[in-house]
Amino acid sequence: MIGLNALAAISIAYVLMLFVVAFIAERAARRGKTAWLSAPIIYTLSLSIYCTAWTFYGAVGSAARSGFEYLTIYLGPSLVLIGWWWVLRKLVRIGRSQRITSIADLISSRYGKSNLLGVGVTLLAVIGTTPYIALQLQSVTLSVEVFSDTQPSLNPEAPPTAFWVAVGLAIFTVIFGTRNLDANERHHGVVMAIAVEAIVKLAALLAVGAFVVWGISGGVGPMLERIDASALGEWQINEGRWAGLMLLSAAAFLCLPRMFQVMVVENDNDAQLRTAAWAFPLYMLLMSLFIIPIAVVGLDMMPPGSNPDLFVLTVPLAFGQDGLAVLSFLGGFSSATSMVIVAAIALSTMVSNHIVMPLWLRFRTDGASVSGDVRNVVLLSRRLSIAGVLALGYLYYKFSGGGEALSVIGLVSFTGVAQVLPALLGGIFWRGATRNGALTGLTVGFAVWIYTLYLPSFGPDTVLPATFFDNGPLGIGWLRPEALFGIEGMDPLMHAVFWSLSLNTVTFFGASLMSFPSPLERLQGAQFVNIGRAASRTRSWSGGAAQSEDLMVMAQRILGAPEAQALFLRETRKQGLTGILPDPTPEFLEVLERELSGSVGAATAHAMIGQIVGGLSVSVQDLMAVADETAQIMETSARLEAQSEELTRTARQLREANEKLTRLSVQKDAFLSQISHELRTPMTSIRAFSEILGDAEGIEAEDRIRYASIIHDEAVRLTRLLDDLLDLSVLENGQVSLNLRRAQLSELLDRAVASALQGEDRLRVRRDQASEAFWLHTDIDRLAQVCINLIANADKYCDAARPVLEIRVGQSEGRTVVDFIDNGSGVAAEQQDVIFEKFARVSEGEAGGAGLGLAICRQIMTRLGGDISYLPGQGGGAFRVVLPSDQALAAQ
Amino acid sequence: MSEDDTPDGPAAQKLPLFVERQTYRRRRIIDAARALPVLGLLLWWVPLLWALPKEPTSASGALIYIFCVWVGLILGAALLILALRRRDAEAQTSNGGQP
Repeated sequence: MIGLNALAAISIAYVLMLFVVAFIAERAARRGKTAWLSAPIIYTLSLSIYCTAWTFYGAVGSAARSGFEYLTIYLGPSLVLIGWWWVLRKLVRIGRSQRITSIADLISSRYGKSNLLGVGVTLLAVIGTTPYIALQLQSVTLSVEVFSDTQPSLNPEAPPTAFWVAVGLAIFTVIFGTRNLDANERHHGVVMAIAVEAIVKLAALLAVGAFVVWGISGGVGPMLERIDASALGEWQINEGRWAGLMLLSAAAFLCLPRMFQVMVVENDNDAQLRTAAWAFPLYMLLMSLFIIPIAVVGLDMMPPGSNPDLFVLTVPLAFGQDGLAVLSFLGGFSSATSMVIVAAIALSTMVSNHIVMPLWLRFRTDGASVSGDVRNVVLLSRRLSIAGVLALGYLYYKFSGGGEALSVIGLVSFTGVAQVLPALLGGIFWRGATRNGALTGLTVGFAVWIYTLYLPSFGPDTVLPATFFDNGPLGIGWLRPEALFGIEGMDPLMHAVFWSLSLNTVTFFGASLMSFPSPLERLQGAQFVNIGRAASRTRSWSGGAAQSEDLMVMAQRILGAPEAQALFLRETRKQGLTGILPDPTPEFLEVLERELSGSVGAATAHAMIGQIVGGLSVSVQDLMAVADETAQIMETSARLEAQSEELTRTARQLREANEKLTRLSVQKDAFLSQISHELRTPMTSIRAFSEILGDAEGIEAEDRIRYASIIHDEAVRLTRLLDDLLDLSVLENGQVSLNLRRAQLSELLDRAVASALQGEDRLRVRRDQASEAFWLHTDIDRLAQVCINLIANADKYCDAARPVLEIRVGQSEGRTVVDFIDNGSGVAAEQQDVIFEKFARVSEGEAGGAGLGLAICRQIMTRLGGDISYLPGQGGGAFRVVLPSDQALAAQ
Repeated sequence: MSEDDTPDGPAAQKLPLFVERQTYRRRRIIDAARALPVLGLLLWWVPLLWALPKEPTSASGALIYIFCVWVGLILGAALLILALRRRDAEAQTSNGGQP
């Protein structure tokens, strides 16, 4: 049999091992090796603090007393984790992005950083958790007594085990829980130690279970028969408790301060949660697998009257398995210690951030901007809080007498913390939830819980007199603590759960509907509910009045000088400034507040910045002004955009017009020089030949005739040029009179071809006589002039080796058109829009007209009611003459 | 990673009516992940009905049932998370490393 001293030595060695593990983890974290520290499996194991000594010892006791109900305590949390996409995913994201430090911080931060709510949740958590800590101390004491029962020589005067356990845990927690004010409130050492303890307790329970099934009962089959043959052989549950406890444990899993600490605050990334979502239900499955076998064997084998809560220990001991019993003891010890450590850290953070710091800030008249390190104050307050929490637990244990069945205290505690659930879920899913609603709901739920469950749990005639239970306060029957509103016969626990949570929810909802939230609440509400969707970057500070230097002083005191300076420097760079002090813009204040809230909680951080900035927090007017401004800016910008588009369009048109004008001006210059040249050349030869004729005597008649004919030809050329100019001017001024007559198109073309080519056969003309056989009624001479011009142009400019002109008659858009297509190189694209302008000449060097031909053609066609245009893409120069429509029709 | 797929309010109108096959599949996986706990709750509330018949259910059978549901839920959750992760990884590689 193991002696008490040996047991103490083993326990101390085990605790030392935990110290070493935590120390190594802290050192690794300091060196930045956090990859394995934040591995998903470590996170999953750290969640195992849900399985406390209450579940380690108490589950077997519960199974022995009331059958299968113990399962519900594991089934509820399993559902929460399997449904991680609903709540947990959102919760850890909010926790990370808002730098949440505890569940009180979450509630306070969501509802407008209200410290009143923070204080309320903190009180609820302390009251709800203290019995739970007492329970852990009690379980360790009971388990030690199992060993000491065999050694009656124990000195009854010695300080009780619970005291030393509480002291040891306080030391461990202070050392590893408050090493530093880590910005993210992550405690790598503690988490690692808890992970190790998780393995120990699972191994212990599995070992005892395996021993019971295979060592005592002889395998799975016989074990199942044994279960069926035992007192637990029939499936019997209280339906209400089965359903209710499943939901209660699911709610508590979310709301327990210690669970929130490991699940949300210590969470590092989504991958951790994704693994835990299936791995932790597996862990709980393994934890609960052998509970019934152990209970059944315990009931069978142990003497009547032995405590079923301790079967995990006493069964191995009864079979002489000392090693197994010690392992089991360490498992129970692990369960108790890990829960107490994390609960103490979580509660101390809450107490220090929501109660001590606000008080300290209020009673320091010099405000937040004095120099001196606040971190020491925060750390000291946390250390004192840890000691205080453990002391409270110990006192509760001492005065409650420690005689209760373990599981009852656990469920009372569960119901207490579950009161946070409506405010929590409402806060992250419903933007309409308000601070007043949360406050009302919490208060009502808390009061009902105290009245119907917490005070009665001490038993009749301890806190409440027995008559109170029977007749109600002052004889008011419907106020009896265990039969509110006269509804009797319910299980007392379910009665309390039902009334506290339903009244809590109803008042939370009702008060939220009726109250109006402050702007900050609405901002926070939107940020929490829409987390991860379009990140709403609304500022809660309007900024301006803050002095960067004061902010610096304050930040240094909370974050530490190097960290604060690094933060300020980073923000200065982001603002594009030099030096170390950034401008106190709203963005910067937001960043700073979030950093600070990682250390001291949202409400305190908000209050501290508020002291320096001078309460310039956002107001409704600000919000509305911002909204107005935005709308105006959007409208103006839309208008500007439209205007700018229009301007661009106009500018493009102007540019095009300008280009055209420039081209025309160049053409005009060229024309002027051309026309002077054209005029001068004939004039020169006329003058020269007329001088020769006048001066010289001895000119032969033959020569004289020749000279005279040259003079005549040149004069004709001059006349033609002047005629063209005159013609154009007349056409342009609309003074032309049309000489309408009837003629066939073929006739007209015959004439035009003959006239243009004048018998030369350089250009071959290809025509389809049949298509040309129809009558026209128009100014035939003018139309012929157009055709002559086009044919002559083709003759003049077609640069093919064997020039061919094709004249095609066809229909286009319901009108008769005549296309003149040659096989030359055509007109270059950039020239196409100017060839119809006056003075346009396609090629500089070649002799010919003065560039008036096509301009005249266009004027003529316009007068006749037709059109002429260049037809690109025909493999050569191509012009399309659209015949005047009415005349053409009239000729059919 | 995209956010909630059950939008409400004005944002809903901006969401496209049709999405790519990949995105569609991913959303259905998420739907399954959401439905799984509801299924679990229903299955674990089945024992409430066992109290009704006169012939009581044996404890071993009940235990086997509850633990089988448990294992099934764990496997279901693990498989869904695996599928989700694989889909996200695929999306990442096909987007050229952009999440």
